[in-house]
Amino acid sequence: MDYNWNWGVLFTDPYLDWLVMGVQWTFAVALTAWVLALIVGILVGVGRTLPSRPIAFICTAYVELFRNVPLLVQMFLWYFVMPELVPDDMGRWIKRDMPNPEYVTAVIALGLYTASRVAEQVRAGISAVGQGLTNASYANGFSVAQTYRYILLPISFRLIVPPMTSEFLTIFKNSSLALTIGLLELTAQSQQIAEYTFNGFEAYTAATVIYVCIALLATIIMQVAERYTRIPGYMGSR
Amino acid sequence: MIEIENLSKWYGDFQVLTDCSTKVAKGEVVVVCGPSGSGKSTLIKCVNGLEPAQKGSILVDGTEVTARGADLTKLRARIGMVFQHFELYPHMTVRENLCLAQQKVLDRSRDEAVAKAETLLNRVGLTQHIDKHPGALSGGQQQRVAISRALAMDPIAMLFDEPTSALDPEMINEVLDVMVELASDGMTMMVVTHEMGFARKVADRVVFMDAGAIVEDRPTEQFFSAPESDRAKDFLSKILNH
Amino acid sequence: MSDFDFAVIANNLPFLMEGLQLSLWLTFLAMMGGIVLGTLLALMRLSGILPLSLFAATYVNLIRSVPLILVIFWFYFLVPLALGRPIGNFYSALIAFTLFEAAYFSEIIRAGIQSVRKGQAQAGQASGLNYWQIQRYIVLPQAFRNMIPILVTQGIILFQDTSLVFVVSLRDFMTVSSIVARTEGRLVEMYIFAAIVYFVICFAGSLFVRRLQKAKTA
Repeated sequence: MDYNWNWGVLFTDPYLDWLVMGVQWTFAVALTAWVLALIVGILVGVGRTLPSRPIAFICTAYVELFRNVPLLVQMFLWYFVMPELVPDDMGRWIKRDMPNPEYVTAVIALGLYTASRVAEQVRAGISAVGQGLTNASYANGFSVAQTYRYILLPISFRLIVPPMTSEFLTIFKNSSLALTIGLLELTAQSQQIAEYTFNGFEAYTAATVIYVCIALLATIIMQVAERYTRIPGYMGSR
Repeated sequence: MIEIENLSKWYGDFQVLTDCSTKVAKGEVVVVCGPSGSGKSTLIKCVNGLEPAQKGSILVDGTEVTARGADLTKLRARIGMVFQHFELYPHMTVRENLCLAQQKVLDRSRDEAVAKAETLLNRVGLTQHIDKHPGALSGGQQQRVAISRALAMDPIAMLFDEPTSALDPEMINEVLDVMVELASDGMTMMVVTHEMGFARKVADRVVFMDAGAIVEDRPTEQFFSAPESDRAKDFLSKILNH
Repeated sequence: MSDFDFAVIANNLPFLMEGLQLSLWLTFLAMMGGIVLGTLLALMRLSGILPLSLFAATYVNLIRSVPLILVIFWFYFLVPLALGRPIGNFYSALIAFTLFEAAYFSEIIRAGIQSVRKGQAQAGQASGLNYWQIQRYIVLPQAFRNMIPILVTQGIILFQDTSLVFVVSLRDFMTVSSIVARTEGRLVEMYIFAAIVYFVICFAGSLFVRRLQKAKTA
């Protein structure tokens, strides 16, 4: 193997700046998309469990649609196709004047895609609470809305903390797809450094270490959340 | 108080209830028994509309439960129900389990709700557990909390769906004692149970079901001393001769 | 709004089908490799032999922490370097996918093995079988039967993931679609077409999984 090691390259100008900027974009995309994913995902997930057939159908269709098309294709649809399908003025605005088009597109694509996965977790959490408790709540005189507000949502949110941890991690990893529409996030920056310096090993190692740190951090945060929200004596399934 | 008339129900092609008719008068205690799978739990869940029925009618205190657009929420607030698996809200303390519906459904003040909760828990001897979560209690204790939760709504009638079937044998009596006391206070009760001792002691009538139909519906003493149908005889001999 | 011209799809159909073939072939090979390697990792993890389980746990957690694209970049860079000669995009991609998916398969397989009741392995021990015989004849067959729906689901995810070879221009269905899109100037038609093709395949796959699950519970 013929290779010139040079770990110092990571700390020289401008490569250190590139890495830092990459990390910033990764966080920016992942966190904003996560907020979008939570809002849409919770609405869609709850919608799938509602007694109303049309609402449940629309929400199921959403999940199936977004889950069965690769995220990369969705990214391209939002970036290249959507501006062509909206009214001309709007399309022109998106293409010419919209600030940070790569960032906005990446957030929308990643957020709506992740929403379909969040929705699945929310739905699973609600159905794990079980028909028995739902019946008890109705028998207790609660309306459908109150049953969700006081019983189903509080319990299911606690149940889905662990699977949501892995979704939260996944959104950081999936934010790397933003590089396909030209956003220079962490993975893109490491590849760029590799190309400029021929020190691929060092560049990819740096990115890998940073991703591992993000994963550890997210796991720790979620473990704390899990301990904090645990229901004494309740296993979630009987 | 509760009038069930020609009630039939299907799950797809499978008929679970066939032409069931019976009545529970105000202050009456009616025990529903029968082999498992005979439809007794389904019948009692129809009374407060947890299970929809396809044919027949149920009248509860003048409200038609099976009618389209019936205000089930309002009706359910006035009928207490106790479940086989307690179904206490696991994420809330015992106190909150008793207070939540009082405050959110009946619009009682916090103080009023808590006072009511404390009185009821005192009656079933669980005052010291008021701040615990249900998961920290034994099955018998949980079921007594569940009965108190239902009573906190000042119900006009109580439905019990196999309240002791999920309990360890040594805890059955603590729950039955509460139910006996409730009956002697004049509560209207419909009870699905296998506890024939309880039925003998407090029931005014016994409804015996088999294969989704009501086979016998007679005063308690007559049912036990001289069951008419072979199926009831068979059932009693199996359940009593241990 | 541009006028749609779907003739572009018909004109380039053979080229597109070659891409789809590569996607499916890559999916199939990586899935086979991933399951074999994943089983090995799962057995190492559960072996109770500290160095083995530590290695497996580290490997799985490391791979699961990093994006697939980064792993693809890693192997495009590493494989030729390690072998001293280029071996072609396809094999680099295949190695990257196999090693990446193995981590995910191993977690599924580990859960599957743990879902087999302890009494089964004890019954095997009681009749004098050794560790590997117990795994081979008693635990793994039951585990795999339980896992088939989840493995197929992971296969669907893997199929979607193969679109990421776009980043190294390997000519899978995604890359080919985008080549046609650009050379013909028909981005709207081509990306919608790509979305439909992926959707139909993946949705059919998930319907198949649902049937498997129903068959299992029935």
